[in-house]
Order: sequence, then structure tokens, then C-alpha cells
Amino acid sequence: MIWFTRRLRRLAPQLIALAIILGLISLMAPGFLTISVQNGRLYGSLIDILLRAAPVALLTVGMTLVIATRGIDLSIGAVIAICGAVAATLITDGYPLPVVIAVSLGVGIVCGLWNGVLVAVLDIQPIIATLILMVAGRGIAQLITEGVILTFNDDTFAALGSGSMAGIPIPIYLWVGTALIIGLLMRRTALGFLIEATGINRRAASLAGVRARFLLFSAYAISGLCAAIAGMIVTADIRGADANNAGLWLELDAILAVVVGGTSLNGGRFSITASLIGALIIQSINTGILVSGFPPEFNLIIKAGIIIVVLTLQSPAIMTVFGFIKASRRSDKLNHGTKEATR
Amino acid sequence: MIHARNLPFVTTLAIFVIAYGLCVLQFPNMLSTRVIGNLLTDNAFLGIAAVGMTFVILSGGIDLSVGSVIAFTSVFVAVMVGSFGVHPLTAFLAALVISTLFGCLMGAMIRYLLIPPFVVTLAGMFLARGAAYLVSTQSVPITHEFIDTMLGFYIRFPGGGRLTLLAMVMLVVFAVGIVVASRTRFGANVYAIGGNLQSAELMGVPVGATTIRIYALSGFLSGLAGIVYTLYTSSGYSLATVGVELDAIAAVVIGGTLLTGGVGLIAGTFVGILLQGLIQTYIVFDGTLSSWWTKIVIGILLFVFIVLQRTIIWYSDRRLAVRQLKEV
Repeated sequence: MIWFTRRLRRLAPQLIALAIILGLISLMAPGFLTISVQNGRLYGSLIDILLRAAPVALLTVGMTLVIATRGIDLSIGAVIAICGAVAATLITDGYPLPVVIAVSLGVGIVCGLWNGVLVAVLDIQPIIATLILMVAGRGIAQLITEGVILTFNDDTFAALGSGSMAGIPIPIYLWVGTALIIGLLMRRTALGFLIEATGINRRAASLAGVRARFLLFSAYAISGLCAAIAGMIVTADIRGADANNAGLWLELDAILAVVVGGTSLNGGRFSITASLIGALIIQSINTGILVSGFPPEFNLIIKAGIIIVVLTLQSPAIMTVFGFIKASRRSDKLNHGTKEATR
Repeated sequence: MIHARNLPFVTTLAIFVIAYGLCVLQFPNMLSTRVIGNLLTDNAFLGIAAVGMTFVILSGGIDLSVGSVIAFTSVFVAVMVGSFGVHPLTAFLAALVISTLFGCLMGAMIRYLLIPPFVVTLAGMFLARGAAYLVSTQSVPITHEFIDTMLGFYIRFPGGGRLTLLAMVMLVVFAVGIVVASRTRFGANVYAIGGNLQSAELMGVPVGATTIRIYALSGFLSGLAGIVYTLYTSSGYSLATVGVELDAIAAVVIGGTLLTGGVGLIAGTFVGILLQGLIQTYIVFDGTLSSWWTKIVIGILLFVFIVLQRTIIWYSDRRLAVRQLKEV
């Protein structure tokens, strides 16, 4: 029970922000919260948010781990393009689905490991290390698709992006499943704890016997893996690999989701759940602006405005002020309590 | 003896000269002043933005909003001149004021709210791009006598090459940038903040004012780059110059500036820009290579330079340690 309330307190700001945003949208667009069943599949704006959030949510899972190690992964948008290109090429060449999925995931992991080598072995700052793949990645993706938008017609693979199972779209299973597996792996074992230790002070962690290098490798590999899954969803959704635009700027959305989720860019404590709520907040804003009937030109500026407000409220400077208020209130309470006890 | 810190710059310069030599061996025409003139004109807006980026990176920060600010400025100028009939000079002035204030605001958020520069400028990137969409989502053509005379102004090289006004603006910005970085108090403060923020603060460097000025400078130069871009394309388009900040960062890194801040030269960025332009020119000359090779080659160059920098840092650290050991 204590565990639960503590957890709720950690997630409270994000949950409140999400509730406020959803509330505002439903005020502006009546019928926003309704969910209906058509052709055995759930429909509605809320389902749409969960569905459209899939790529960013997947990236957010990996990004949270990378940021927890005090890193950042700028390359995942490019990795999406590469993995999408690989998947589309293999599908058009007629390879069976399991091979396509396995190879795409493998390519994603290799991309992650490349980043891992640069960060963990060569000790390059994560921002620059991953910038290399971010710049070169789209070129590589275009090399794979030979500069065209590679389209395919394979219903089984397309189902990854647009199919549904038991009334719920498959991408939702994919991101929730991935998040659950990685979340449990982190929190039911000591892995998450060790990653936090690495992020707070890598040298100290290494001296204490934590295999920091291995953890960095695995964080970037998981990030690459998540990007590969997202890449397949994006590619399957539009039935084509667009090397130029697939996953463009999604890494920035993922970083924002993590920051909105309250994980510090300076590494250390992380919460995958909070980051995922952050991703849902960003997607709710996107969908909300559309269903509220604002002209699409307003989309980006409203999003930027909301994000700036959230960031300002969460900024270290404002937090310090809040911390003072809380501390003084707590000391008041404590004084009060001791008085009662002495009485 | 070259100082170890300047080694990346010297290497970049050497690589540029060698690469240019190889290109000339294959295509003798690449030596003509026309190619050089075009190289400068085509990369003028990128170069101007990269000077601002160099200052930001020297201070240990990063500015992701550059591309969006360029797009906003170009659309803003195009709409002001094209649709409202404002004189271009007035429009330029207004655009520069807006972009500088925008930079100031980001600097203030970084300094006083203590949000990391990466996140602040990321939000700024969305905001500026969103503002550009608000102004116009169409590509706005721009025609004005004054602008025609500006574009018609150039110095002719022997051999038919032209040093256009746009290229001149870039060269002036680089020259001023070099002087400001190496010869003024502001420049010294930037290096001090990038080297070690806490030490700089304890030494009495006005960190707050300098940080705001750095981002204001980057905003101003992005605005100037936007104006140059508008003149270069004779139009304003809100979807243009996506990802220019990455090209600028790449040029800065290739030019030998450390992303940790505190070490680097504005002149290095100039060579970095020229190197990127050279790759593009080579691809145009070759004709069979696809444009995506540009990105791959820049990626490889980035990798080479970053590894080189790491090696230099290791080497100088070791030498320092050895010297200290000897003293003991």
C-alpha cells in the first residue's frame, strides 16, 4: 500500500497534466471520450491516441533507459527509417514474415550497439556519438531503398500497423507489451537500479563493481530494438518505407516525453511509466488539436506552448521554490505533531 | 610546434586541402573561381548560422532552433515584403529584432529556470516552426527592386567567378566572429563558461548576462541567415531548412570545436562549412553519385573527427600526467 501511494505521488504531476489536457479537449470537442465498437474493433479518439502514440511510446521506453544512464539517443528516428527500409526490402523480395521481423530487429540492435561502442568504449559524449548515426542514418536508409519510397502489398506484415486483435489495434499490444517486458526486467531485477547508479556517477558505479560498460551497451541496444519495432509499425502502417520522412523528429518527441515524464536529462532516477504518460500527453495534444477543429497551422505552436508551460513548471528553479514551500509546511506539521505528542 | 588544442583545426584544414587537391586531379575544372564563388554563395546561410552555433557550443550549450528560426525569418520577410509591401530593409530589421529577442528568451530560460539548453532550444525549435506555419504555409515568392539590386551586386574574380553579396555577408560574419571570439571580453567569457561553468562563476564572469548574449547572438545570426536564405531562394517557405541545425553542428564539430565546450576556433567552422560544400560540389561534378551520399560522407567525417579529438584528449591527458609524475 505504501508502495502504491509512493508510486502515485511520483506519477501525480503527469497524471494530472494528462487529465487536464483530456478534460480541455473534451470541453472543446464533445464526443471526444466516447468509444464505440464497429466491425469488432474499438473506435474512438481515446483509442486513436493509444494507437497513434505507439511509435513515440516505443521510442520513449528505450530513450528513458538511455537518459537514465546520463545519455541521449538522437539516432532513433534514423534507425526507424533504416529498419523500415530493411523490412520493406525484405518483404518485397518475398522473405517470410518471421525472417523479416527478426532481421529488422537485428538491424535495430546493431544500430544501438554501434552507438553503444561510441559511448561506452570510445567515451564519446552521447549527444555527438548518436548524432553521427542521425546524420548518416537517413542516407543509409535511402541507400537500402535506392532512393525511392518502397511500397509493398503484404497483408500479414501490414497487420502490424493496421490490424487488430480482440478489438484492440495491434500496435497498442506491441508498445504496451514491450513497455511491460522492459519495465519488469528493470524493476523486478536489479538492472534498473544499476542503470540509475551508472547514470548518477559512472566512475563510482564502476568502482563499486557495477559493469557500467555492459549496462551502457544494453541501454543503447534496447533503444535500437524499440526503434526497430517502431520502424516496423510505421512502415506497416503506410505499407511503404519512406527513407526521408519515416520517424522524422520522433526522437525529439521521445526526448520531450521523457522530460515531461519527469526523468532528469542528467541521468539517475527514471520511471518508464511516467515517460509513457508523457508520450500519451504529447499524443493527446496532437490528436486533441485535430479533433478540436483548430486549423492545422496552429498544431505546432499550441504544442510548443503547452510543452513550454510543462517544462517551466518542472524546471529545477521552480522545483526548488516548491521544495521550500513543501519543506516549511512539513516542518510546521512536524512541530504541530510534536506538540500534540508532548501534550 | 602546433598546440594540441589546435590540432583538430589543422587536421581539418589539411583534409580540406588534400580533398580539394584530389577533386581537382579528377575534375580540373573544380579549381576555377566560379566553383569557389558558388561554394561560398551556396553555403552562405549555413555558414552564418554556424558562426552562432560555434559560440553556443563553445559555451557548452547547443541550439536546435536554428533551422526553424531561419524558416520563420524567411517566411516573415517574404510575407512582409510580398504581401504587405513593406520596404525590405524595414522587414529585415524587424526580422532581426524578433529573432534576437527569441534568442534572448531562450538564454534567459536556460539561465534562470536551469532547464538544459538541449530541451529549451528543442521547445524553441517547435515554437519557431509553429510561428512560421502561422505566418504562411505556402511558398511565398518575393520580388522587389531593392532586392534585385542587392542580388545584382557582386565582385568579379579573374576567371569569371563572382563573389556575391551573400558570400560577402558570410565572410564578414566569420571575420567579425573570429575577432569577437579571440579579442573581446565577451569571447573570453564564452570560453570561460564553456571550460568550467563553476570556475567561471567564481572568477566573476557575468554568467547570466553572457549566457543570454550567447543565445541572443545565435538568434540574431539565425535571423541573418534567414534573410540571406530568403535572398538566395527569392522566396519564403515555412517547411524549408529543416535540419539545418544538424548541418551547422556537424560543421562546428568537423571544424575542431569540442562539444563539451571551451575549446575551438571560429575559423575551424569556416573550414568545416567549406568541406561540406566541397562534398556536395564533388557529387554534382561526378553526376552518378546520389545526393544521399552527402549525408553518409558527412556522417563518416563526423566519426573520424570525433575519434581524432578523443585521441588528442587522451594523448594530452597522458602527457600531462607523465609531466606531473616527473615533477613529483
